[in-house]
Amino acid sequence: MNEPIYLHTFANGLTLVAEPMDWLESAAFTLLVPAGCANDPPDRGGLSGFTCEMALRGAGPRDSRRFVEDLDNLGVERSESVSDAHARYSGATLAANLPQALTVFADVLRRPHLPAEQLEAGRQVMFQEFQAVEDEPAEKVMIELRRRHYPDPWGRPSQGQRAALETITLEEIRRQFAAHYRPNGTILGVAGRFEWARLKDVVGELLGDWEPADGEAIVETPPDERHAHLPFESSQTQIGIAYPSVPYRHPDYFQAWGAVGVLSGGMSARLFTEVRERRGLCYSVYATYHTLRDLGAVFCYAGTSAERAQETLEVTLRELVRLARGIEDPELDRLKARIKSALVMQQESSSARSAVIARDMYLLGRVRTLDEVCRRVDELTCGSINGYLAEHPPGAFTIVTLGPRALEVPAEGL
Amino acid sequence: MEFLRATLENGLQIVAECNPQAYSAALGFFVNAGARDESEELSGVSHFLEHMAFKGTATRSADDVNRRFDEMGAYYNAFTSEENTVYYAAVLPVHQQAVVELLADILRPALREEDFETEKQVILEEIRMYEDQPPFGADEKCRAEHYAGHPLGKSVLGTRESIGRLPVEAMRDYFHRRYSPANIALVGAGRIDFDALAASARRWCGAWEPADGRRVVEPAPRRLSFRVLRKPSATQQYAVQLAAGPAATDPDRYAAKLLATVLGDDIGSRLFWELIDPGLAEQATLGHYEYEEAGVFMTYLSCDPDRAADNLRRILDLYRRAETEGITPAELDQAKSKVSSRIVLSGERPRGRLFTVGSDWVQRRQHRSVRDDLRSVAAITRDEVAAVLQKYPLSQSTTVTIGPLAEVPEPQ
Repeated sequence: MNEPIYLHTFANGLTLVAEPMDWLESAAFTLLVPAGCANDPPDRGGLSGFTCEMALRGAGPRDSRRFVEDLDNLGVERSESVSDAHARYSGATLAANLPQALTVFADVLRRPHLPAEQLEAGRQVMFQEFQAVEDEPAEKVMIELRRRHYPDPWGRPSQGQRAALETITLEEIRRQFAAHYRPNGTILGVAGRFEWARLKDVVGELLGDWEPADGEAIVETPPDERHAHLPFESSQTQIGIAYPSVPYRHPDYFQAWGAVGVLSGGMSARLFTEVRERRGLCYSVYATYHTLRDLGAVFCYAGTSAERAQETLEVTLRELVRLARGIEDPELDRLKARIKSALVMQQESSSARSAVIARDMYLLGRVRTLDEVCRRVDELTCGSINGYLAEHPPGAFTIVTLGPRALEVPAEGL
Repeated sequence: MEFLRATLENGLQIVAECNPQAYSAALGFFVNAGARDESEELSGVSHFLEHMAFKGTATRSADDVNRRFDEMGAYYNAFTSEENTVYYAAVLPVHQQAVVELLADILRPALREEDFETEKQVILEEIRMYEDQPPFGADEKCRAEHYAGHPLGKSVLGTRESIGRLPVEAMRDYFHRRYSPANIALVGAGRIDFDALAASARRWCGAWEPADGRRVVEPAPRRLSFRVLRKPSATQQYAVQLAAGPAATDPDRYAAKLLATVLGDDIGSRLFWELIDPGLAEQATLGHYEYEEAGVFMTYLSCDPDRAADNLRRILDLYRRAETEGITPAELDQAKSKVSSRIVLSGERPRGRLFTVGSDWVQRRQHRSVRDDLRSVAAITRDEVAAVLQKYPLSQSTTVTIGPLAEVPEPQ
């Protein structure tokens, strides 16, 4: 696992990072543009999502139809999404087609049509996505949890607000695009089969003369509602619990990540064992580590029938609190085995690796090689993780439930 | 890359696509047991049994099983469909033998009553979970309607009643019948040591007693109908449509898959341009699915309730137009590029190859490499696609729609 990481920062601030994987036929890219929903003005939630939607409706010499056809004919498997910090465009294809795929996406970054005659179609697409979440209670509870856990604007859902979506104008979209689709702060991660010198040249030709623009400061507002129940007629009650952790760039990140891995991951992890295996309370229960650039959190979920939701909440919170008492060697050994496996298998996927290296650049300013991650994981001990847990016991919980009846938050949750 | 196979005396099949360059080894037991093999009283037993396999064996408790998988750093799970139950794990190659031993062990589960009663609660939670998420059971109801009493229309999950009433002895009996070694294939993909795999199979599965678990396969009738179900708490309206399509051994299934890509892939297809791009629907897709002696095309729609009737009519018109006019050369080429790329990309992971290699063996007793599949895709002609459209008209279908609407007019 000793591949070099290539890095080049262009004069306009664009960062290109690339990791060769010559055993693959494919090449993949992940483009992170600093155009995430944290940039939406307070009452214009959805503006970044709508901008991303419109940016794909024709760019450069291609109208929206040609854009889709050309990428399909190149066999580019692709997806787009908006997170708090970024609009993300990613794709994977046979190695020979990477330069052409990048050419198409360079037009999205620099010459989107943002066609007026398609604005209403784009608006309808945004409405459809917004409405779809209303029917996914497991997704909705986690969206509502994030919104109450992180300070605004970091917890905002990319789907936005209905009222804003109804009235966003093309002019607003153009301004949002001009302000945030810029090379400074944009990261392009490439992984798979490619030749570095050629890749650097292609990217330089496509994006080297892209004009930088000033960013805007983000104003944070602390969250104020730590417990909420959202009434909903459903068979199951959805339970979402969050607690603070350290961000990815923090020196204790590996300890924090290790601790969550004991809580949730394989079927022998604590939450699965106590909540599902022993008591049969849930089909789905998990905890997952999440990071922003400067904040980290652990998000936990359990879905259970309304009648058993109170017990499920209590059992889950007890496990979270109990984690602070420390983990044991067999748990650590299993955790290490899982992580090492996952690291090796990451080398099978060019798209997975392109996403990780782009994300590393944003969160850390450099890429952690697989070797480095392996080493840091090897260095974990019960002592180091338990020391971290003693100083950062799970607590200060944000709790959101969604279902027919509200629950009582037990003492551990307060 | 080498494809190797062996068969044990008791009928167990062992097959592997061996790639010494791969980083991992993916292994799975594919059991010929699914919803279509169940009687009414046993509805959901295959899926429940899949869960019970992880709850312990003669020598291992459920905790032991879970810990052992995690000690190997395995990426593992299982699933049940209409026709198969598959138990799989991807591991670093050094763990190949250990994971085969473990999987073989859980394929002879203890089925202890106490674990049975606890896990029953988990199954009931899973049923509730699907009640709360789209399409709120419309997919299972559409299958039941479409197959008009034929076993392929049976529910995989079962109902609260059938699961609640299920006694452990009935599961043990079902297990003995269906999990006969002749109904099971041990499949490998990635960096597999085939000799070691065959030796493991002999050692851990050689004593498995054969039973007469042959599946009864009868031709599937199709019932065309249009049904409206109400889910007042839903925001969007959903529709599932099933139409007949090529079966698992039919040579025209490649043409069927390309047709489905042209008409209803989630991007760049006719349904995409007609319904998704203008924001008339949130999802509108068409896929082809294949079974023993039967196949279906499935259309899936989700949209604003106000647009549902109109969208269903548009879909019908779109299918009729395709039946009359066929697809264009440009559309066929575009679909081929997309599908070919997907075949290559998913084939780069052993755990991607495992399911393709396993299905090809279980359904067709064939091995097809990535190159073989790419060649078959490239060779499809418009005439072959037109033949599929004639033989399997998409405009003749079974529809179940569910959502807040009390009434939805059937499109004419």
